[in-house]
Amino acid sequence: MRGSGYAHLWLLVCLISGSKSSLNHSEHGHDSIITGIPIVTFKWHHVEAPYIIVLWILVAGLEKYSFLSVIESNHHVTNVIPESALLICFGFILGGIIWGADKQQTFTLTPTVFFFYLLPQIILDAGYFMPNKLFFSNMGAILVYAVIGTCWNAASLGLSLWGCHMGGAMGDLDIGLLQYLLFGSLIAAVDPVAVIAVFEQVHVNEVLFIMVFGESLLNDGVTVVLFNVFDAFVSLGGPKINAVEIIKGIISFFVVAFGGSLMGFVFGLLISLVTRCTKNIQVIEAGFVFVLGYLAYLTAEMLSLSAILSIVFCGMCCQKYINANMDERSVTTVRYVMKVLANGSETIVFVFLGISAIDKSIWVWNTGFILLTLLFIFVYRIIGVFFLTWILNKFRLVPLEFIDQVIMSYGGLRGAVAYGLATMLDENKIKEKNLMVCTTLIVVYFTVILQGITMKPLVTWLKVKRAAVTELTLIEKVQNKAFDHMLVAIEDISGQIGHNYMRDKWKHFEENWMSRFLMKPSARKNRDHIFSVFHQLNLKDAMSYVAEGERRGSLEFVRNESAIVDFKKKFGDEYSEVMPDIMADTSDDHGAVSAVGNPVPSVSLEMHEQTMNGMRETDDVNSHHLLQQHLYKGRKQHRHRYSRSHFEVNKDENEVQEIFQRTMRSRLESFKSAKMGVAPPKHITKHPKKDQQQKFSEGDSASGPEASGNSFPMRISYKAGDGIENPAFMPDMDPMSQVQIPPWLAEAELDSGMVAPSQRAQVRLPWTPSNLRRLAPLRNSTHSTDSFMLADAPAAHKPGGPRGESDP
Amino acid sequence: MGSNSSNMNHIPDGQQLLQDTGFSAAQIIRLYERFEFLDKDNTGHLRPEDLETVPDLDMNPIGARIIGAFFPPGKETLDFGSFVRILAHFLPADSNRTRAGAQQEPANSTTGKLRFAFQLYDQDRDGKISRDELLQVLRSMLGLQVTEEQLQCIAERAIQEADADKDDAISFDEFRKSLEKVDIDHKMSIRFLR
Repeated sequence: MRGSGYAHLWLLVCLISGSKSSLNHSEHGHDSIITGIPIVTFKWHHVEAPYIIVLWILVAGLEKYSFLSVIESNHHVTNVIPESALLICFGFILGGIIWGADKQQTFTLTPTVFFFYLLPQIILDAGYFMPNKLFFSNMGAILVYAVIGTCWNAASLGLSLWGCHMGGAMGDLDIGLLQYLLFGSLIAAVDPVAVIAVFEQVHVNEVLFIMVFGESLLNDGVTVVLFNVFDAFVSLGGPKINAVEIIKGIISFFVVAFGGSLMGFVFGLLISLVTRCTKNIQVIEAGFVFVLGYLAYLTAEMLSLSAILSIVFCGMCCQKYINANMDERSVTTVRYVMKVLANGSETIVFVFLGISAIDKSIWVWNTGFILLTLLFIFVYRIIGVFFLTWILNKFRLVPLEFIDQVIMSYGGLRGAVAYGLATMLDENKIKEKNLMVCTTLIVVYFTVILQGITMKPLVTWLKVKRAAVTELTLIEKVQNKAFDHMLVAIEDISGQIGHNYMRDKWKHFEENWMSRFLMKPSARKNRDHIFSVFHQLNLKDAMSYVAEGERRGSLEFVRNESAIVDFKKKFGDEYSEVMPDIMADTSDDHGAVSAVGNPVPSVSLEMHEQTMNGMRETDDVNSHHLLQQHLYKGRKQHRHRYSRSHFEVNKDENEVQEIFQRTMRSRLESFKSAKMGVAPPKHITKHPKKDQQQKFSEGDSASGPEASGNSFPMRISYKAGDGIENPAFMPDMDPMSQVQIPPWLAEAELDSGMVAPSQRAQVRLPWTPSNLRRLAPLRNSTHSTDSFMLADAPAAHKPGGPRGESDP
Repeated sequence: MGSNSSNMNHIPDGQQLLQDTGFSAAQIIRLYERFEFLDKDNTGHLRPEDLETVPDLDMNPIGARIIGAFFPPGKETLDFGSFVRILAHFLPADSNRTRAGAQQEPANSTTGKLRFAFQLYDQDRDGKISRDELLQVLRSMLGLQVTEEQLQCIAERAIQEADADKDDAISFDEFRKSLEKVDIDHKMSIRFLR
């Protein structure tokens, strides 16, 4: 693996360098007279531009791949050196090769490429996966750091450097005060790309992360303004600056920042609207997200607003509605593509950052300037963070600790954005542009490589509170919700208007107005958070069940037309050794119940689709039932992890095994209890409430000794308005469903006297992927087709009278 | 502060409350004003009906339970001291560090907060959250879209996740253990205005 990876790389690198020289050959060839018909020609210049681009992308991807295989086999490396640092070093090497081949640096990170083609997707990814709640609860602090902190950094750096220049520490440089300020403004901003890259591996607690990360995103508003203002000042020249200009500068800050955010918000709404209406073109609705996101970026850039703010808010605004409106597969597509693009861009950015250094033409060395810049950046960041935190802690509910502040100041990384801005400087106005570019590069290397490497040890040494690594349990989720409600209630009672009151008000507004506008009506019904978690768990269970079935080679029951029989057989296999007395057919012995060994294969999703689309109603019903029966206990929940490469839920084999074993046990128990005469209800309807009465009378009247006609009026204690009408109701044709009551239902029956939810209720599906929803035919006969019941006819007895009359 | 503490004289147990809870004098005065506002008939005690007049509380899914938390079973009235002590659960934890005279575990420590949360579930105060109690809370918090047996499912799962000693109910220790990863301090504190 490693060998072949490197071989590819060398090959490609040579090809790239060779391509440059071959340019001459092909042109030369083209000028020569054509003597005959060329069978094959080498038309390099024809494809040069796109070819080189694609080659670069390939190189970047491949080296990442080979790095990963190196790193995977050598864990020490990633644990110590962040990937970004390795990429930069790789860029050095590559740059050296190209330099050697061409004697000039043909590939550098130009501002156009960076700002238009590489940066947007990284930021869109950041916005789309941003934990909104956390972000907005800390918004005040983040804004303070972003705006005031960045201004402080820029001003202090510029002024100090100028002071040192005046003091003669830098020798003979042609830089004025304004240019120092300009330089300060471009190097002051914390860079989101670098922050993600370094913090990804460190897993600090979420508040700390959101502070640094949020700051790095929002400070673009300030950076753009400062850069443009000082750039304009430099062009105007010193004497022309008066109060008016300064005021204009301040106003422009507000315009740029708020305008950019507003623009992003509008585009976010647009995306949500689009996804709301794209029911029939689900294939390309994922594309809209990217196109509109990029448009948000470009439009803001066009209006000279803050493009980063625009695309961040676009992503943040639309994430909720996209996830609700779009088909699950489209959502998955969007997330994967987003990650691929962002990952790829980040890789390319860092590689090019390395390559750009190997360029003799830009290198100017001025010890004083460079060293002083490094020193001041570091020192002023610390001062700024501590001072601002001290002020903020007076207002914060839970103050930021000292250790967190240390990490925050140490985490003020500069990155490619600063470099991009530096290369955008006009060298006619700024004579020492090269010096600035070099200094920026050195600062970037220093922060990314050195601070990146030392970040993790520092975090460990200082015992920073880390992010919770385990998945949230259901209790935690429930409790978090309860906390929210609790806080609102307490605020109401104690008469405080606080954070939570506002949040609650916003939630109500959002639910009633915005969601109505932006979400599909069907999606709105499923909005409940805990429920959607539950739904996710069920889906995962379904997939693991199907995977298990695949593994055992017995999934034909899902596809087969006469599925009823096979269904039973499948269960027969599982239960034959456990309950031989019930099972009629114990011929097939599949051995002990084994659990799912493999992680969920991605093909299961397709199969899901296939099975759903290609079958008759009955089979649909059966598989619905099948899924329904097994969908109770999952463990996996999605949570935010601020990582470039991993955003899927951990697929823990042991947990999946446990799920299976547990469901086995419950099935065993329900079988036993089912055997004791719990009969299915007779009607499935679409309107539970209406027919509840009907069912009572049905059940009461149809009492008799026959097993199939067993009256067991199982009533559900429905609250008024409980449950929505579920068009995915299925008739009780599946023999298995009728006997399988999960144990807690059976127990509840026995214990509390409250009648357990009936089979009919059990049969209702939770909201599953849209292609599962269909209207199921009503059952007409009251005969149970439950083969077990029929088989057990003599054995079954009439259920106890009191049960029938127990109150709901 | 000096003038405030003289204003505290008309507040019952004012000094005691200053010591026991973590509130500042200004906060206690403000809370007293709120208490008097809620106490419509000026009896010096609050009854559940008084609390129910708080706007928006009925829209809160667990509003009734919160009110119930102020009135433990058997007590029909709530005096100011108890009012403040219950609200003290929601102070941020560290503001109590300087209180030297705290006899018992302060209310706004993590354990105190968790105990308050636990009691929201455990209405009958038997020290355990049974499945029924959990179901009731879930039912109130989960809205109308979820069917009954899905609720049961969720309750079942929740209990299974937390229940270490398999008694089918969640004791306080199990509750605390299952929430040890959650930053209770952040999640259960509100800002009390002075």
